[in-house]
Amino acid sequence: MTKPRLELVGITKQYPGVLANSNVSLRIMPGEIHALLGENGAGKSTLVKIIYGVHKADAGTLHWEGMEHLIANPNAARKLGIGMVFQHFSLFDAMTVEENISIGISAELASNKLDEKIQNVSKQYGLPLDPSRYVHTLSVGERQRIEVVRCLLQNPRLLIMDEPTSVLTPQEVEELFKTLRRLSEKGVSILYISHKLQEIKELCHTATIMRMGKVVAECIPEDETPRSMAEMMMGTNLVSPERIGNQETGEPRLVVDDLSVNSPHQYGVNLKGISFEVRSREVLGIAGIAGNGQRELVEVLSGEVVANHAEAILIGDDAQGLSGPIERRKAGVGFVPEERLGHGAVPELSLWENAFLSAAVPMKLLNKGFISVSASSAYADRIVREFNVKTLGVREAANSLSGGNLQKFIFGREILQNPRVMIALQPTWGVDAGSAAAIRQALIDLAGNGAAVLVISQDLEELFEVSDRIAVICEGGLSRSYPTSKITVDEVGLLMSGINSQGDIHQEAPDVP
Amino acid sequence: MSLRLEQRREFSRVMIYGSPLIAVVLTLLSGMVMFSILGVNAFDAIFTFFISPISDLSGWAELFVKATPLVLIAIGLSFAFRANVWNIGAEGQLTIGALAGGGVALAFFNVETPFLLPAMMVAGILGGMAWAAIPAFLKTHYNTNEILTSLMLVYIGLLVLSFLIYGPWKAPDSYNFPESRLFHDAALVPILVEETRLHIGWLIALVFALASWILFSRHIVGFQVKVIGVAPMAARYAGFSEKRIIWMTLMLSGGAAGLSGVIEVAGPIGQIVPVISPGYGFTAIIVAFLGRLHPIGVVFSGTLMALTYLGGEAAQIEMNLPNAVTGVFQGMLLFFLLATDIFVKYRIIFGSPKIIQYPSNSFDVKGAG
Repeated sequence: MTKPRLELVGITKQYPGVLANSNVSLRIMPGEIHALLGENGAGKSTLVKIIYGVHKADAGTLHWEGMEHLIANPNAARKLGIGMVFQHFSLFDAMTVEENISIGISAELASNKLDEKIQNVSKQYGLPLDPSRYVHTLSVGERQRIEVVRCLLQNPRLLIMDEPTSVLTPQEVEELFKTLRRLSEKGVSILYISHKLQEIKELCHTATIMRMGKVVAECIPEDETPRSMAEMMMGTNLVSPERIGNQETGEPRLVVDDLSVNSPHQYGVNLKGISFEVRSREVLGIAGIAGNGQRELVEVLSGEVVANHAEAILIGDDAQGLSGPIERRKAGVGFVPEERLGHGAVPELSLWENAFLSAAVPMKLLNKGFISVSASSAYADRIVREFNVKTLGVREAANSLSGGNLQKFIFGREILQNPRVMIALQPTWGVDAGSAAAIRQALIDLAGNGAAVLVISQDLEELFEVSDRIAVICEGGLSRSYPTSKITVDEVGLLMSGINSQGDIHQEAPDVP
Repeated sequence: MSLRLEQRREFSRVMIYGSPLIAVVLTLLSGMVMFSILGVNAFDAIFTFFISPISDLSGWAELFVKATPLVLIAIGLSFAFRANVWNIGAEGQLTIGALAGGGVALAFFNVETPFLLPAMMVAGILGGMAWAAIPAFLKTHYNTNEILTSLMLVYIGLLVLSFLIYGPWKAPDSYNFPESRLFHDAALVPILVEETRLHIGWLIALVFALASWILFSRHIVGFQVKVIGVAPMAARYAGFSEKRIIWMTLMLSGGAAGLSGVIEVAGPIGQIVPVISPGYGFTAIIVAFLGRLHPIGVVFSGTLMALTYLGGEAAQIEMNLPNAVTGVFQGMLLFFLLATDIFVKYRIIFGSPKIIQYPSNSFDVKGAG
C-alpha cells in the first residue's frame, strides 16, 4: 500500500477568541486531487497556512510521505516539495514574466537559463507564457499562469491552489483543469480550495468539508450534487432565490449613453463608449473578468468620478453625468460598492454612524447640519431587524461584524431608502452562503417592487440566478445584452474573454431588452 | 532571540485614554533621574518645576495665560490632523494673525471704541486663514505636500514680522527699539481676574473647546472629518468633497492660530514685538496628540504643557537650571506618549520567530539574534 503524500492528524489552532481549527485530520494520496470545501471562516485558510508553514499548529501532527515533520516556514515547505498558488498574486506589474518568476525561487534555479526552463514547463503542461512580456500587459488568467509555472519549476509533489478560478473565464478554467489533471497523472497531489461546487464535482477525486473549524464530512464529489455539498458546507438546507415570475418591465430608469472615461488609476481600464439601459422591474447583470473596467464603471455611475458629458448618464429623466454622489442619491440611486470595509462602510465607526453615512440626506437624518443620533440609531435598528443582521447592537463598530452580516447591513441601508435605481458591484463576494442567498433574494425582490437593478459581478452563477438580462464588459467596452434565458454560460464566457462571436462588442446604440 | 511587535486584535478602551497619563508619570520619573544626574535634589527639582509655579492664585492665572494659545491652536490642529491634513505651520499662521490684528490696533491707535477689539480679532482670524489658504490652494490645485508648504510659510511669516517691526511699524517713541506702539485700552483683551494677567482669552479657548466638541461629535462637519481621516474611499462614496474638507480644516486651524496670535499681542504682550510666541504653534502639535485630537482632551493637555513653560522659568530662576529643561520635558512627554501608544496597538513577543507572520499582522523591530 502506498503511503499518503500528506497526512494531518488532529490539527488544532486557537486564535484569540476563535478556534480556527479543531482536531482536523486530512489525508492526500499521491496523484490525488483533493478538494477542501467550506464557507468563509470555516478554517480552510488557517489549515492551508499550517501546511505551508506560515502558521504553526497548537496541537496535532503533520506527516509528509510517512515521516512526521514540523514545517517551520514556507521555505521549508518548498524544500519538502509543497508549492502554493495564492488567491492574490504577488507580481510586479512593471517587470517581465521571467523577472517576476526569478524573484520567488532559489538562486540556483533562477541563475541558469531560466527562460528555457519556463518555456519547457509551459509547453509540458499546456500553460502558454512568454517570459519576456511585461506583467501589466497580461490578463488575469495569464498572471495566474505565472504563479503556477513558478510553482511547477520547483517540481512540487503537492500543489496547493487557493480559489484559483475566481478570476478566470469558463474557458480559462477548462484550460487550468487540463493542466491540473495532467499534473495528477504524473503523480502530483493537489489540494484544491474552492467554494465553486460544480468545479469540484468535475475536477476533484475526494473532498473534505469543513465547518466552523471542524471537518464535518468527507465525500466523493462525483457521487454528490452541488446542492448536497452546499448543504454539508452550511449544515442547513439551501434555499434558492425565488422569482416573482415574468413581469412586464417598466420605463427606463438608468440610461447610459456613449460613456467614455479615462481611468484615474494606474494600469486601470478606460471605459469606451458604454451604452445600456436598465428599466423598472428588471435586473441587468454585467459579467466580466476582474479588471476589465468594472471598478471604473461603478465609480462613474456612483458619481465618485464624473462622466465625459452630462447626458452620458440619465437617471429617470435627469442628466446626471457630471453630478456628485449626493445629487444621485437624491435622484433615488442606491449603491453598494465592492469593498465593504473602507468604502461601503467606515470600519472604526459604529453601525448607526454607518447608517448615517449614505442615508443622511435621503432619510432626513440631518437637522440643520446636526446629526440626529436618535433617528440614525432608529434607522440602523430597522436595518438590523429587517435584514437579520447579527450584531450586539447599533453602537457596535462596523468591523466587529462578519463579512456577510456587514454586507447585509450595507444592502439594508441602501434598500430601505427605497431606491428607484440600485447599483451593486460584487454583491456577495466573500459572503457566507446563507447571507449571499438573502442578498440575492433582496435584489430580486427590489426589482419586483419596481426598482431598476444593476448587478456587476464576476460570479456567473450569481448573475444567471438574479438577472433578467446579461451583458459582458471586456477591456472597457460593453457587449449588447442578452435575455438570461437565451444565452449560455459558455457564450458569456466567450464574450468575457473578448472573443467576438456575434460582432457586437463595443456597439454604440443603446440596446433593447 | 528577537523582539517582535504583534498587533493586538482589540485595543483596550481604557488604555487609549490611560496612555497619556502613563506617559506623564514616566516623564516625571525620567525627569527625576535626569535631575539626579545633574546633581540636583530630584524631589526639589520636580517640586520647583511642577508644583511651585501653581502654588498661588497668580500662578494658576499665569498657567491659563500660557495654556490659552496652546489650547486654541491645538483644537484647530485636531480637526486638520483627524482629516489627515498635516498643518505644521500654525506658528506662521499665529504670527500673521497677530500682525493682522495688531495692524488694526495700530491703524486705529487713537480711536477709542468697544468695536476695536472685536475688529482686531476678526482681522487676526482672517490673517491666520489667509496664511493657511496658501497651502490649501497649493494642495487642492497642484497636489503639493502641505507639511512642507505650511512649514516653509512659518519662516516667511516670521520674516514679515521682522520686516514690519524693524521698519514701518516701529514706534516713533521707541528709541529705535524694534517695538510697535503700546496698544491702548480699547485694543487690549479685558482682564478676567483682578491683579493677575488672566484675560478673557482663556474663556474664549474654553468656549471654542466646547463648541468644537459638539462639532466633532454631533455635526456633519466633524463627521466628514472623521470619515475622511479613517476611510477616504467611504468619504468619496458618501459624497464628501475631499477638497472642501482640506479647505475647511486648514481654515479652521489657521483661523484658530490667527486668533491666538491676536490674543497674545492684545493680551499679555500689549504691543507687537519681534518674538510673539515661544513656539506655541509647534508645541500645540504635541498638545493636540497628547489630548487625543479631542477638544476636551486638548484643554487638559494644553494646561499641562503650559506648566512645562512655567516650570522651566521657575527652574531657571530658583535652581539655576538651563531653560532647555522645558524642551527636554516636552520632548520626553512626546516620546513617552508615542511609546505608550505603540503598546496600546501592539504587544511585544520575545523569542525566535519560528513562524513567519504576515506583514499585515506584525513586523520585526529587531533581529537581535
